Amino acid sequence: MTLTTTDLLLEATGISKTYGAVVALKSASLAVRPGEVHALMGANGAGKSTLVKILTGAVRPDRGTIAVRGRQRTVHSPAEARRGGLISVYQEPALIPDLDIRSNLRLTETPVEPFRHWLRELGLEDLDLSSLARRIPLASLRIVDLARALAIEPDVLMLDEMTAALPANLTERVLEVVGSQRGGARSVIFISHRMIEIASVCDRATVLREGETVGVVDVTAGSEERIVELMVGQIVEDMPAVDARIAAGNGAAGVKPRLTARGLSAGTKLHEASFDIYPGEVLGVVALEGQGQDELFNILAGSERPSSGELLVDGSPVSFRHPADAIRAGVVYVAADRAEALLMQRSVRENIALPFTTRIRQWGLIDLAREHRTVDAAVATLQIDARAGSEVRRLSGGNQQKVTIARWVAGGVRTMLCFDPTRGIDIRTKHQIYRLLRDLAEAGAAILFYTSELKEVQLVCDRAIVIFGGRMVAEVSAAGADEPSLLRAAYNLRSDAPMPEEIAAEVVAEGPAEGSAEGSAEGSADPTVPGPDEPGSR
Amino acid sequence: MSAATAPVEARRAGPADLLGLAARRNAWTLGLVGFLALLLVYTKLIQPRYGVTGIQGLAISVLPLALAAVAQAIVVIAGGIDLSIGSMMALINVVAAVLMNGQSEEFGVAVVLGVLLLGVALGAVNGSLIVLTRVPDIVVTLAMSFVWAGCALLVLPTPGGGSATWLMNLVNGSFGNEWIPQAAVVLVAIVAVIWIPVRRSRMGLSIYAIGSNRLAAFRSGVSVGRTKVLAYALMGLFSALAGLSLTASTGIGTPVPGPYTLLSVAAVVLGGVSLAGGRGGVFGPIVGVMILQLIRTDMTFLNVDTNLATVLQGIILIGVVMIGSLVQIRRARA
Amino acid sequence: MSGVAGTTAARSRWLHVAAWRDLFRDRPMIPLLALLAVLVAASDVVRPGIVAPEWAGIVLRAAVPLAILGACQTITMLTGGIDLSVAAVASMSGFVVASLTSGPGTLTGIVVALVAAALAGLVTGIGVGVFRVHPLIMTLGMSLVVLGMANFWQLQTIQTQVGVAPELRWLGSDAFADVVPYSLLIFVPLTLVIVLGLRRTGYGRMLFAIGDNPTAARLSGARSWQILVVLYIISALMAAIAGFLFSGYTNVASVSLVDSSLLPSVAAAVIGGTSIMGGRGGFGGTIVGALILTVISSLLSSLGYPEAVRQVLFGAIIVAVAAAYTRATGES
Repeated sequence: MTLTTTDLLLEATGISKTYGAVVALKSASLAVRPGEVHALMGANGAGKSTLVKILTGAVRPDRGTIAVRGRQRTVHSPAEARRGGLISVYQEPALIPDLDIRSNLRLTETPVEPFRHWLRELGLEDLDLSSLARRIPLASLRIVDLARALAIEPDVLMLDEMTAALPANLTERVLEVVGSQRGGARSVIFISHRMIEIASVCDRATVLREGETVGVVDVTAGSEERIVELMVGQIVEDMPAVDARIAAGNGAAGVKPRLTARGLSAGTKLHEASFDIYPGEVLGVVALEGQGQDELFNILAGSERPSSGELLVDGSPVSFRHPADAIRAGVVYVAADRAEALLMQRSVRENIALPFTTRIRQWGLIDLAREHRTVDAAVATLQIDARAGSEVRRLSGGNQQKVTIARWVAGGVRTMLCFDPTRGIDIRTKHQIYRLLRDLAEAGAAILFYTSELKEVQLVCDRAIVIFGGRMVAEVSAAGADEPSLLRAAYNLRSDAPMPEEIAAEVVAEGPAEGSAEGSAEGSADPTVPGPDEPGSR
Repeated sequence: MSAATAPVEARRAGPADLLGLAARRNAWTLGLVGFLALLLVYTKLIQPRYGVTGIQGLAISVLPLALAAVAQAIVVIAGGIDLSIGSMMALINVVAAVLMNGQSEEFGVAVVLGVLLLGVALGAVNGSLIVLTRVPDIVVTLAMSFVWAGCALLVLPTPGGGSATWLMNLVNGSFGNEWIPQAAVVLVAIVAVIWIPVRRSRMGLSIYAIGSNRLAAFRSGVSVGRTKVLAYALMGLFSALAGLSLTASTGIGTPVPGPYTLLSVAAVVLGGVSLAGGRGGVFGPIVGVMILQLIRTDMTFLNVDTNLATVLQGIILIGVVMIGSLVQIRRARA
Repeated sequence: MSGVAGTTAARSRWLHVAAWRDLFRDRPMIPLLALLAVLVAASDVVRPGIVAPEWAGIVLRAAVPLAILGACQTITMLTGGIDLSVAAVASMSGFVVASLTSGPGTLTGIVVALVAAALAGLVTGIGVGVFRVHPLIMTLGMSLVVLGMANFWQLQTIQTQVGVAPELRWLGSDAFADVVPYSLLIFVPLTLVIVLGLRRTGYGRMLFAIGDNPTAARLSGARSWQILVVLYIISALMAAIAGFLFSGYTNVASVSLVDSSLLPSVAAAVIGGTSIMGGRGGFGGTIVGALILTVISSLLSSLGYPEAVRQVLFGAIIVAVAAAYTRATGES
């Protein structure tokens, strides 16, 4: 990574950030020349968003330096970042929902005329500035956010997945505008999943993997392969007998599916998803962020109702109004976000035993002896190396994730929905979880497994479905599910077909999720609310 | 569901569109005003003699509560709440009454100014404690209501003290036309002079911003902690004004806090200000206060027991919030 | 907490701030009991010889009803809520019994009061659980409703003789050998039920779960409205019991009798380590909190300070203690 350090517009070195037991960034670096469009790439969870947040002051790094035009700067708040010329446009627009656009401009001291100019360039000249941000569709809101950033004339502009969820016409304009920045006074850091876009507007690309910078590539024809290689890294060898499993097949012939989805739709996010999950198999789900897999899992878990379609468990139609209904039908859900699934202040035991006390007839005295036995058995199966009485908050990320799974294992698993269960945990624990999922499947469970790490698909799943734009676009067997193919399938095959317009235009912005509304102070004690130091996402 | 065109991108809106937009945005407040008008008609029906004196009495009794409601509204818009408003009012009331007792009219002016500054300081204390200790606002303000009420008792253990005559004249009587109560004019003047400029300023925008979405506000470069303290300081100012209006209307200081805290919350909820923050204004709560007081008055005319009146107030508060919650739940599920 | 290494190492550890913070967080009872001991000692310093069994009896008599109200706050705060209607419900209950004692009898009075309280709790629970009204608002509103209804009842019974039943007076004001209050006959079983309920029943687990992470509870199959409706009914019933004892203790029947104990009940729970954000706390701490508050009140009155000083001090203590807890648990 040898670059001349003279006239670098932005140089970040040795950036690291750890959230409790989770290492988001190990030692990331980024060097951006003036007038270039620089791509920041990496698989989900590689640390891209965290790096951007650090560069724009939303999050403070544990270590590392940031230098703008050769001079070191401390960037401890978004206001400071702005003053230093670093502006970021996030995936969730930073517009205040209850204020109109004009007020939002005034709030950030954005000059109106330049803003209008950029709106025109981006194709939204008809936007009524007196409309509330809340009422503007998400796609347009993101353009507004971009125009606002450009109007302030920053030195470095960071765009986090700018083109995701944008209709074709707006995407084109955005890419034009971004491309036109090349050779100018300003630089752009461009995070995107779409290879085609990277190839068309970016000069160079920095690739992150598991929290560190693994390479910087000049973007030329054919550099995609090199980038993919860097993103993928090494395939871990030691999962036994992938071939043996493929050879054995899952003997599905004649066996009735455990779970059947027929034409499930959820508003504009999910369209006509239909598939079967058989007992004894692990069915993978492959998708980029926000392609409808969240809605699919929520419907199956009973937290959301589908707008159409039906669901059958063991052949009989079911209608889930509440997760309790799904649980009663034997469908259990393991969430990706541990903060969502765990009672942080309670003990491991209480967390694992949680489903056993939810129904009214279970509200009485607890049979402690039996509970201890069940919990201890689950702890042993999951190989959780913490005492059952310890507060879950103190456990490592890996152990925490095991607790969320142990909760269901304790009661016996029929159908398990795992949503990115290995996100952000260490390698050793990941492998333990893979093995556990296989063991559960072998014991007769049906498992649906969504992962953002594509190499896991071949390690764990018997087959996999690919979702893009809310639709199932492919089904792959374990044999064909090697990581590069999946990556290409999810990135290349569909990446040049942008979101259908009617899907993007209808989504109305609500703004980033807020927790308790009764005015917690700056930085709340509630772990589920992202405070100024935002551990909520990466 | 419509296709490509985003529904909001319209050409420059004509006057009819603007009116429609204003009507939609302020639907709740307009509804309240309409309800108030109906109530006034009803009051006249059941008590034909309700006239100038009635309006006068209503205005004077509404003034302290309206100012308290404005104070609460500001804090709620900023995403918080303050349960010590009633105690603050009592403290300001007794301090003013004690200081003005037996002093000249000119001295009274100094007292008023000093007391307003005191209110700002009290509010700032609340806000700073909330921001610095990270303890939820409910707990902090609940605790501070103790502190301020205790201080009030220490300053003046039993009702007493006095008030400058000019202050009392400020809120009693009519302004020009006999139908326009002085108290009403004072209320409008205070809100216009203090709140409206703030509302339009960047500080006002910041207050709405942190209530609407703290994260987006932070990312937009707003200093969340400082804005919060400012919002509470502003609340303190209005609480001080409310306390002074008590001094003005009663002529003495009373150390025991009245039901103003609870009623201010009721008025704010009734006035369409979202408890989640970021939405609403002060006009709605003021109308809400008038409605609550008028209902009480009507019940007196109807010879309804005052206790049932209290019950009704509680039911209205709960009912309004329940309906508001239902609307929110329905909207979220759609 | 790691074990003690060597003597010098242990001593230097005790001086370390972090060790105190850990103690505060893991075993909050220890600093609380220490504080109580300090306050009791201070009482003896101010009035030498006052700390005697009779004095303890007085303190207990006053602290027991407060502690019961504190229990209402404890259980509701565990779920991230609060119950500001307990004072009104308690006063109402005491008054209802007093108004029915001379006529239909004390037992009838108690039954009627409990039913009325349960109804109030039901409405509150439905408002909070089903309609998702914020507990602060809901219970504030209910306090108005209950107060109004109680006043109304007062007007209806203006002709009858209103007097506190001798049984309640015995329970509330008398003590065995002037030291051990008879109210303990109610309080001790109630405490056992509450502590057991919180620690050993599925329902108790659900309270902690909802307070700690309502999403996680829901995903595990908990229907929160059921839990909340039952919760506020229990709180109202306990408030009624406290009302009986308050009425017996003061020998007064009034619809606003318990008002001045509302905020102290919240204070007792907060001091005792129950977090208003939910998911953390317990009744043991609340009991000590109630004792601390009562001893402070008694200390202040022997020092000759007016009631107002007590108020200011209570407020300051709540903020200081809550801040300390937030720092201790937030910075783990």
